[in-house]
Amino acid sequence: MSIIYLLLTISVIVALVFFIAFIISVKKGQYDDTYTPSIRMLFEDELIKGGDATTTEGRTDQPTTKKEQLS
Amino acid sequence: METCFHCGDNCNNDTIIHQDKFFCCNGCKTVFTLLYENDLSYYYDLALTPGITPETIEGKFDFLKNETIVAKLLDFDEQGTQIVTLLIPAIHCSSCIWVLENLNKLNPSIKTSQVSFPKKTVHITFNSADLSLNSLVSLLCRLGYEPSISLEDYSTTKKTIDKSLIYKLGVAGFAFGNIMFLSFPEYFESNEFWLEQYKHVFRWLMFSFAVPAVFYSASDYFTSAIKGLRSKVLTIDVPIAIGISVLFLRSFIEIAFDLGSGFLDSLAGLIFFLLLGKLFQQKTYSFLSFERDYKSYFPIAVTRIKKASRTTPSPLINEEQVQIHEIKKGDRILIRNRELIPTDGILVSGSALIDYSFVTGEAKPVSKSPGDKLYAGGKQQAATIEIEVLKSVEQSYLTQLWNNDVFKKSSQSTFQSLTDAISKRFTIGILTIAFVACLFWLAYDSSKALNVLTAVLIVACPCAIALAAPFTLGNLLRVFGINQFYVKDAKIIEKMAHINTVVFDKTGTLTSNSQNVVTYEGIELTNDEKVLLISTIRASNHPLSRALYDILKKNDIKTLDGFQEDLGQGIVGTINNQQIKVGSYSFVETGTQKLSSPTFSEKVNRTTVHISANNKYKGCYVFYNEYREGVKEVFDQLSKNKQIVILSGDNDGEEATLKKLLPNDSTLLFDQKPEDKLNYIKELQRQGQNVMMIGDGLNDSGALAQSNVGIVISENVNVFSPACDGILAANQFKNLMALLTLSKQGIRIIKYAFVFSIFYNIIGLGFAITGNLEPIVAAILMPLSSISIVVFTTMCTFIAGRKLTNKTKFER
Repeated sequence: MSIIYLLLTISVIVALVFFIAFIISVKKGQYDDTYTPSIRMLFEDELIKGGDATTTEGRTDQPTTKKEQLS
Repeated sequence: METCFHCGDNCNNDTIIHQDKFFCCNGCKTVFTLLYENDLSYYYDLALTPGITPETIEGKFDFLKNETIVAKLLDFDEQGTQIVTLLIPAIHCSSCIWVLENLNKLNPSIKTSQVSFPKKTVHITFNSADLSLNSLVSLLCRLGYEPSISLEDYSTTKKTIDKSLIYKLGVAGFAFGNIMFLSFPEYFESNEFWLEQYKHVFRWLMFSFAVPAVFYSASDYFTSAIKGLRSKVLTIDVPIAIGISVLFLRSFIEIAFDLGSGFLDSLAGLIFFLLLGKLFQQKTYSFLSFERDYKSYFPIAVTRIKKASRTTPSPLINEEQVQIHEIKKGDRILIRNRELIPTDGILVSGSALIDYSFVTGEAKPVSKSPGDKLYAGGKQQAATIEIEVLKSVEQSYLTQLWNNDVFKKSSQSTFQSLTDAISKRFTIGILTIAFVACLFWLAYDSSKALNVLTAVLIVACPCAIALAAPFTLGNLLRVFGINQFYVKDAKIIEKMAHINTVVFDKTGTLTSNSQNVVTYEGIELTNDEKVLLISTIRASNHPLSRALYDILKKNDIKTLDGFQEDLGQGIVGTINNQQIKVGSYSFVETGTQKLSSPTFSEKVNRTTVHISANNKYKGCYVFYNEYREGVKEVFDQLSKNKQIVILSGDNDGEEATLKKLLPNDSTLLFDQKPEDKLNYIKELQRQGQNVMMIGDGLNDSGALAQSNVGIVISENVNVFSPACDGILAANQFKNLMALLTLSKQGIRIIKYAFVFSIFYNIIGLGFAITGNLEPIVAAILMPLSSISIVVFTTMCTFIAGRKLTNKTKFER
C-alpha cells in the first residue's frame, strides 16, 4: 500500500497545476470583466464576402492576445 | 407615427426615408449609411433600435490637438502604435459592444478594440502614424459613441484593480476542496489497519493545505479583529478570528499529539464561506463613480487666445488649446456654446447667457454684458464669448466649496451596522458560556474541560451571523440596481432604514429639466402671426426660444425678411412688413399702443416670454416648472411617518405650487446657497434627525456629503453627478417610498436570519458542552448553517424585491 505515497504526490501536483493556472488567469486580468465575454461569444461569425450564407469564417482570437502583449 | 430605425425615437415632421427605412434626423441616417456601407449592418440585428443620435458640437475635442494633453491620455505610445482607453457612457447594449469591437472595419488604422461593458470603456490600439487621437474620437462621435473625457480621467494615475479577495477566495476554495477530500477516510470510523498506518500522512497533508488558508486567506479577519480590539470595538471579526484561531490551534495539537484528526475541514469551509460572503457584498458599479467632485464636471482644456507677440505682428487672433491648470490671471479664453466656464473671470466680448443651475440651483439663465463678472461652473447658452481670467482654476469660488470640512471628514464610522451590534453581544455570550462550561467540567471530569472549552468556541458559528448581512444586503443591492437605483455600498441600505427626515432640492430634482409646460395669457394670435412667431423664434438660440419652439406646432415655416436679436432682451422678426417682437416685457412693450392694462403681474417670479405684433401688445407665454411624475404621491407616502423639507437655490416663484403638493408641516426654504443647505442639514442632525438628502447639482454637494444618506437624481446616470451615496434614475423617482420600505424589510430579514442562526448554535452548543463534538459533527453543522442562512436570505430578498420589480415593470 505504499503506492499511496505516489498517488498522493501525483494528485497534489495535479491540483497545484490547476491552482497555478487559476493564479495566472487572475493575474492576466481574465476576472476583471466577467460580463462582456458572455455577450461577445454570442456574436455570429463573420461571413466570407460573396460566399453563400452557410459558410462561415471563424473569428480569430488575435485581438485579445495582442492586447496582452502590448499592455 | 413612425419610429426611427436607428435610435427608436418618434419621427416628427422631419422624417427621412432612406432605403425603405424611417429615420428621425439626418444624424441617424448618416450613422446608418456609414454602417451599411462598411458591411456593419449586423449592428441592427443584435438589438432593436440600438443607435444613438450623434450630437457633437463643433470644436468640442479640439484640445486633442495639444500634444501634452494627448500624451497624458494615452496608455501606451511607442513605435507608431498608440493605445487609449476611452469612457463611452453611451454603451448600453450588445450592438454597442459589437460595433465598437469592429471599428477596424471602419478605419484600417485601428488595429484592435475591446469593450468592457461593466466599465463602459473601450480599449483601442491604433496606428498613430495614420490616425490621430483627434480623428479617432471624431469617428466615434460620428457613430454616436461620444467619449467622455474630463479632468478627472486626466489627472488620476492608473488605478490597479484590487484582486486580493479573488486570490484569497481561490486559496481558501482550493484548501477546502482538498482537505474535505483528504479527511474522508477519517469520517468512516473503523479500526482499519491501513487507515492507522497512513493517517499521519493524511493529517499532515491536510495541515499543509490549511496553513495558507489560515495565514493568507483569513488574514483580513485577524488584522481587523486586532484593530477593533485596540479601539475597544467588538466587531463581527472578533468572534470569527477567535473561532479560526481556536480551530487551527486545537487541530494542530490534536494532529501533533495524535489525539484526533482535528477540525481542519470545518476550518477551511468556514474561511471559504466567509470570503464568499465578502465577495458577494462587494458588488460595485464600475461605470459609475460615487466619488466625483468638480474635476469630473470640468473639461480638460480651454481655447486660449495667444497674445500677439512681436514675431507675429498680424492681427489674426491665434488660438491654442491649453490645459485648464495652465490658465493664469490675465489670460483671455474663449467659451463656446454649451461649454463650461472653468474659472472666475470678466466678460470681455460676446453676449453671455449663463446657466448656473448646476452650481447655484437657479433655473433661469442670467444674461451678462461685457464688464460683468462670471463665475466658474456656469454653462454658456448663447454664442461664443471671450473672458479675461481673474483666478486660476483651483482658487475660484467653486473649488472653495470642496475645502469645507465635511469633505475631509472620513465617512461616518460612528454608524454601527446591525451585524456589529449583534456580534458584540454574541461574543460576550459565547465567551461566558465557554468559560462556565469549562469550569463545570474542570470540577466534574477535568479531562474533558479543555475539549469542551475549545469545542464551544469552535461550534458557536459566527459565520451564520457574518453571512446574513452580506447576502441580504448584497441581494438588495442587486434588486436596487435592477430598479435603476445604484447604491455605493451595503452599509447605505442599513442607514436608509433609519431615515426620518427627507430633504429635497427643487431645481432638477423635483422638477424635470427636459420638459416645460407653457401656457399663453393674452390675446390670441392669428395664424399669420403664429407662423411669423415660429419662424422668428426658430432663428434664435436663446434657450427659451428653443424651448418654445419645441412646444409649439410647427406648421409652415416661412423665411423671414428681417431678423434682429437684442441679446438678453428679445428678438424681432419681419415677413412682408408684418413685424413681431418676442422677449422680455420691457423690450416688447416699447413703442406699442397699450391696448389694456397688463393682465399679469411681474411681481410674481415667473419665466415669461412676451409677444407684440405690429406694435400691438398681444400677451405672453408663461413657463412652468414641470414637476416629475409622481411627486404628489411620493410626498403623500413619505409624509406618513417622515418629515419633508425643500431647500431650493431658486427664488420663491414656485412656493404656491409646492405648498399645494406638500403636507402642512413641511418646511420650504428658497434662495439657499450651498453653505445654507449644508448648515441646515447639520442643524437637523444636531436635533437628532437622520437625514436623507436628494439633490442633483454641484450646489447640493456639501449637503449631500453632510447628510446621513445622500442621493442624486439623474436624468442620465452616465453624466456627471456630484459625490453621493446613491444615484437614482429620474424615471424611478416615484418609487422612492418603495425603496425606503425595501431597505427596512432588508433589516428585518437580517434579524430573522440571526434568530435562525441562534437555533443552529443551540444545537451545536448542545454537542459541544456535553463534550461530544466530533469532527464530523462540526463538518456537517457549519456548512449546513451557512448554506441555509444563504438560501433563507436569498429567498426572502427575492420575494421582497419582486414586489418592487413587478410594480415598476407594470408601470413601464
